[in-house]
Amino acid sequence: MADLSCNLAGIKSPNPFWIGSGPPANTGYQAHRAFEAGWGGVVWKTIGTPIVNVSSRYSALNHGKDRMIGLNNIELISDRAPETNFREIAEVKKRWPHHAVIASLMVETREQWHEFVQRAADAGADGIELNYGCPHGMCERGMGSAVGQQPAVAEKITSWVMEKATIPVIVKLTPNITDITMAARAAKRAGANAISLINTINSITNVNLDTFVPEPTVRGLSSHGGYCGPAVKPIALNMLQACAADPDVNLPISGIGGITTWRDAAEFIALGATSLQVCTAVMHYGFRIVEDMNEGLNAYLDSKGMKSLADLRGKSVQKLQKWENLDLSFQRVARIDYDKCIGCNLCYIACEDGAHQCIDLKSPDELKVGLGPGRVPHKPVPKVREEDCVGCNLCSLVCPVDECITMVEIPNGRAPMTWSNYQDRLAQGEMKAIPPHP
Amino acid sequence: MPLSPLLPADALAANFTDLKPPLRPQEAFVEASRCLYCFDAPCIMACPTGIDIPAFIKKIAFGNPAGAAKTILTANILGASCARVCPTEVLCEGACVLDDRDEQPIMIGRLQRYATDYVTERGLNVLPQPPAKKSGQKIAVIGAGPAGLGCAAELAQLGHSVTILERQKQAGGLNTYGIAYYKMKPQVSLAEVKLVQSLGVELRTGVAVGQHVTIAELEKEYDALFVGVGLGAATRLHIPGEELPEVVDALEFISRIHTDPLHTVPVGHRVAVIGAGNTAIDAVTQSKRLGAERAFIVYRRAEGDMSAYDFEYEHAKHDGAQFVFHAMPVEVVATNGHVSGLKLVRTQLVKGKLSPVPGTEWIEPCDLVLKAVGQEKQVKLLRGLFPELVVDERGVIAHDPLTGQTNLPHVFVGGDCGNGGREVVNAVGEGKKAAHGIHAFLTSQTAEPPVQPSRLGAKQGATGSGLLHPIRAQELEAALKAK
Repeated sequence: MADLSCNLAGIKSPNPFWIGSGPPANTGYQAHRAFEAGWGGVVWKTIGTPIVNVSSRYSALNHGKDRMIGLNNIELISDRAPETNFREIAEVKKRWPHHAVIASLMVETREQWHEFVQRAADAGADGIELNYGCPHGMCERGMGSAVGQQPAVAEKITSWVMEKATIPVIVKLTPNITDITMAARAAKRAGANAISLINTINSITNVNLDTFVPEPTVRGLSSHGGYCGPAVKPIALNMLQACAADPDVNLPISGIGGITTWRDAAEFIALGATSLQVCTAVMHYGFRIVEDMNEGLNAYLDSKGMKSLADLRGKSVQKLQKWENLDLSFQRVARIDYDKCIGCNLCYIACEDGAHQCIDLKSPDELKVGLGPGRVPHKPVPKVREEDCVGCNLCSLVCPVDECITMVEIPNGRAPMTWSNYQDRLAQGEMKAIPPHP
Repeated sequence: MPLSPLLPADALAANFTDLKPPLRPQEAFVEASRCLYCFDAPCIMACPTGIDIPAFIKKIAFGNPAGAAKTILTANILGASCARVCPTEVLCEGACVLDDRDEQPIMIGRLQRYATDYVTERGLNVLPQPPAKKSGQKIAVIGAGPAGLGCAAELAQLGHSVTILERQKQAGGLNTYGIAYYKMKPQVSLAEVKLVQSLGVELRTGVAVGQHVTIAELEKEYDALFVGVGLGAATRLHIPGEELPEVVDALEFISRIHTDPLHTVPVGHRVAVIGAGNTAIDAVTQSKRLGAERAFIVYRRAEGDMSAYDFEYEHAKHDGAQFVFHAMPVEVVATNGHVSGLKLVRTQLVKGKLSPVPGTEWIEPCDLVLKAVGQEKQVKLLRGLFPELVVDERGVIAHDPLTGQTNLPHVFVGGDCGNGGREVVNAVGEGKKAAHGIHAFLTSQTAEPPVQPSRLGAKQGATGSGLLHPIRAQELEAALKAK
């Protein structure tokens, strides 16, 4: 059994799985249920001067028969009184002393920040998360992403917090910014102990084509919302790696963005996350999903001979490099396993119309593959023209059968050469320009 | 004892509800979403009418059911009835690639019903209207069954004037009169007839060619003829007692279920069905559903030799039908002039030849005998109509399979009278091919088959086409086994 315990800038939890700040972390009741189910921490729904919410708050992006691959919300921060939230934090901490409870905060003035930081510490919270991220509602009042999008402002407010903080401070970053490392560096400069990312992304999920009002609809109108869920994971991973790889950031990171399975969690850790925050998946399936997250991550670490999360953390960060450092001599082609092919021909049409026209439909008799599964007599069979295949992967991506189309490296005898090497050698007259693709 | 109805109307209504009920919108969406959207899909190749199945399924998944119906009906004007009566297990669904990923094939038939029901229930006209300018050429279609309707609709779309002549009071042929009632109600077939008429096709029912109008008269008025007269009455048993009032042609029995209210259809307490094809299955299951205590199939050969599809056999067993194999009828036994039993004899194979085993006769009590040993070929009728027409040794009209053209250049053929008896969908496909054959004949062009949309975009190796060479999954399986 690997050690899943987690320590993010001094905030300790029995495992890296925290409930992200949002509807599942709204009350003490939910925090108790989360810890009972096996979660390691809870980042409380953002506490601030109480607000008033609208009815009709969420909308979703469905894909085919899969519901909610993306979730959009226009719900604001906690609508409960701060004293209620802080009292419940104290109660939860009393019952769960070894689990992490982090108070997410969002207020305006320096005095308010000082007051709320103090109250969080007094309640026994293990840490504070500064919500500079929400892209809806609060930003119109100069908070949330209005702060996160301006590194100088974020730095200023963080420094106010650090003046008073006695417990670790995490700055939560908005993805609604051109370069997230600018905001991460600002947090670093202000003395924050950690960062968390990503907050939700500005979004409109869909338009009702009868009323022409986007969802969620509030008496005939809608508003820009914050987008999260499985669909945002690739964006989150990209920003996570950017911060993890930036030497000017160099802060522990709590990863957020579409984490649903232990596999997602492992990928976030490999790209540099220390703890993980999960919200949409809990909104979809409930707290129970953490059981497999813990079990699956544990089994994975064991299978790799890793003793703790530290062994996995950051393993993929350096595997991402600038494009100019990739080897132009590397060549791979698609190979079709005719014993597995079910004859859908999706590879053919994807390559023909959507990529590089390197797959032909041939008579099965000509190919001597005979009647594979699912193939009616004489029905054309896809065949890769390897000499023309650019190895783009598209056919293997659309193929509905596991391991039917594999991408195989073809030794071509060419010495490795990156774009930078190429430019250097061109400049020094060591080689001629590679002729353009016909 | 004369026969009488056995069950009250409400019980019968319950017994004759749809075997495959319509899909609800969400069911249809979920099912449609499973489709992989194969390119030049095997399901299309297995469809004798070449419906672009993945295209219509995608339209359902994307919320365009009327567009789905358009895709279906432009390829197969009888798409609504084929959705219900096609043996999809051995056609499109049998060829579905998901089967090879160890998943259930897409329920193509039920999705097709969903799309066609959608437009029928809303009275939407999704078919493109035939060209306003007519070709000036006229075609007479003899027989308003699936082949005739398929041919007439396609000819109308090609700009020709078409008149259908039908002997029966109602058009539709076996689709109206001869399909198991729990598979399809006659209204579906009659709505399709209306659809064909909406394309400008003239329909004259109650007109028997050769009786009310001669071929010579037709030849004078029309530029080409299409013959889709189907098959004749049930093959005779040639045993004593065959003339008793309770010895009935199975198709006639099924027809009665369609034309009379169910609670007035008489049925026996014990029903013997002779034959083991799909019509025999329809007869035996419907006997049970009408209230027979016992309904059994009598078949000369073994279980594995039955021509009924496996799923039809399973269905009959599920309905409580029984099977007497290796037995043949020798006499229908009567008491007081009414059927009281069927005398059977065991059969055995001697040197590959089936023969009765002497001394093994016994009597199975029954009060209704349904004959389902196939239909007579229409040789006599055809000879009478067209003395010069070549009818082959199987009793079917010889013709070019790609154009339906017979040895008489202006006479084309399709459906059971040309293929000896296949599915509704085969008849529609053949009618459609014949329409293009007729069009080529009238315009002196080389016959070109209708374009199969799934092949658009395939630049080479275009060997497949469901329309030209439909492949049954059953035949595919046999080919795979033989390999």
